[in-house]
Amino acid sequence: MKQLTVISGKGGTGKTTLTAAFASLAKNAIIADCDVDASDMHLILKPKILEKEDYCGLEVARIDPELCIECGKCREFCRYGAIDDNFEVDPYGCEGCAVCTIICPKGAVSMEKRVSGQFFSSDTRFGPMAHARLGVGEETSGKLVSVVRSNAKKLAEQYHKDLIIIDGPPGTGCSAISAITGADLVLVVSEPTVSGVHDLKRVLELIVHFMIPTVVCINKYDINEENTQLIENFCAKLGISVIGKLPYNDIVTKAMLQEKTLIEYVKSSECLNESEFADQICQIWTRVEKILMSIQD
Amino acid sequence: MKIAIASGKGGTGKTTVSLNLALSLSDVQLFDCDVEEPNCNLFLGFDLEKVEDVVCPVPVINQEKCSICRQCSDFCRYNALAALPDRVLFFPSLCHGCGGCAVLCSEKAIQESQRSLGVIEKAKGESSPEFYRGLLNIGETMTSSVIKTLKKYIDDRKTAILDAPPGTACPVIASIGDVDYCVLVTESTPFGFHDLRLAVDVVRSLKVPFGVIINRWGLGDSRVEEYCKAEGIPILLKIPNDLKIAELYSRGIPFVREMPEWNEKFLGMFEAIKLQLADTEEART
Repeated sequence: MKQLTVISGKGGTGKTTLTAAFASLAKNAIIADCDVDASDMHLILKPKILEKEDYCGLEVARIDPELCIECGKCREFCRYGAIDDNFEVDPYGCEGCAVCTIICPKGAVSMEKRVSGQFFSSDTRFGPMAHARLGVGEETSGKLVSVVRSNAKKLAEQYHKDLIIIDGPPGTGCSAISAITGADLVLVVSEPTVSGVHDLKRVLELIVHFMIPTVVCINKYDINEENTQLIENFCAKLGISVIGKLPYNDIVTKAMLQEKTLIEYVKSSECLNESEFADQICQIWTRVEKILMSIQD
Repeated sequence: MKIAIASGKGGTGKTTVSLNLALSLSDVQLFDCDVEEPNCNLFLGFDLEKVEDVVCPVPVINQEKCSICRQCSDFCRYNALAALPDRVLFFPSLCHGCGGCAVLCSEKAIQESQRSLGVIEKAKGESSPEFYRGLLNIGETMTSSVIKTLKKYIDDRKTAILDAPPGTACPVIASIGDVDYCVLVTESTPFGFHDLRLAVDVVRSLKVPFGVIINRWGLGDSRVEEYCKAEGIPILLKIPNDLKIAELYSRGIPFVREMPEWNEKFLGMFEAIKLQLADTEEART
């Protein structure tokens, strides 16, 4: 079984749009939406949820006011400033380390389970999908990404699928790291803006750090061809291939408004320019498939 | 006054709004809180200097004193310590620096040293806006620690603009947790709208007053406007889906520099925010 992760560094470059298009092109794949705190894939794929489970992140401390003598030890030792003057725990501040439980001389602090989100096994018109929803302001989004990925693996085994397509989060932090760790191939979607170039460089540094095979796709390449050239030169230097360049096209928004993937949208479109755009995505997908096949299990 | 610029979805224009607003105001500080991918200075081009290393305390185990009692590895909630038959292994990237292992160790075999998470940088000399940013080291996960350290440089006598990271998870809370006002930047597409509602949940749960900017206005449909109207959320500004703005952005130029008529619009927005806050204050008392 192979795993392909699509990430971008910078947000809004077209990760989800491209991943959804891949979902409609892949013949035998599971979709995993690992952008767990602002996931959008379900808006296009409309998953029918088959199974739903609570996701428990790190525990949260609770101080029993009956036992607490307000000695202040917990506040002194808490490195996250999560305990206020009234000896109440701020759930947003608490990182669940449990130091307060071993410091309290009265045993007034206990750790409680905290439901930080939910994860789902679903069915879509393109096959099974694993996804999740992180509660507002919760920690441990990286851990939930791992949960979604292992759920996707389980589904892949159950339905005999040989590929997992992962829609990753923006950034380079804990969720991005969780989304790429152990992937067979990472596709980075970039755009030729100064921010896009900068964020691509940082995210490539991250992937190199984890030594994962990588390819790049430049979206909206024609909004600044100078920067596109810059990206191509930079990738060439690193030995990373740019496997596609997509022009700016309104079709992306039009398809999204109709809740269709680009590939589905084009089937009902008569416009030549639009079908050319979809052809280019098909070519990118063919290249991705080829590279995946060449990678040893 | 502290104003955060946030959005659920990435790439909606947080940095664009932060920069153009900061450049339209005087006596203002700008903080780039998107420490995983800080972009503000690409548009400002300031010379930066390091003002602080962001560190996290980590245990150093004296293997000679360690009796491999497993207390520390059993306690660690982040699985950063693993007891092998002959020694205890430490995985720095998993450690949150809580200090619990050092407290617990009955052999006093654990001391603490520091691990670097990132840096805080500032524009050299006098700059307008006064600019600070955090930068998380590559491969590092403690995003919120860098943001919290960055925010220590906020000067309460000035207006502070905070460019927040995307999403709704802990780095966003760390950025917007204690601000006076939050501007949510969105676009009126299905993805933009969906993520806007998540962002609204966040600011509401934090009880931070907020308003919305519709970026790339004209793209998509009217769902965001209808929603804001129904919810009584003020629409602070509409930035049109303009090729010139997009082109300036791609080259790293804040558009108020080339389109000075926008200075007034951002100033007007700032005044509207102050009025909204005054009204909320009045309603409270």
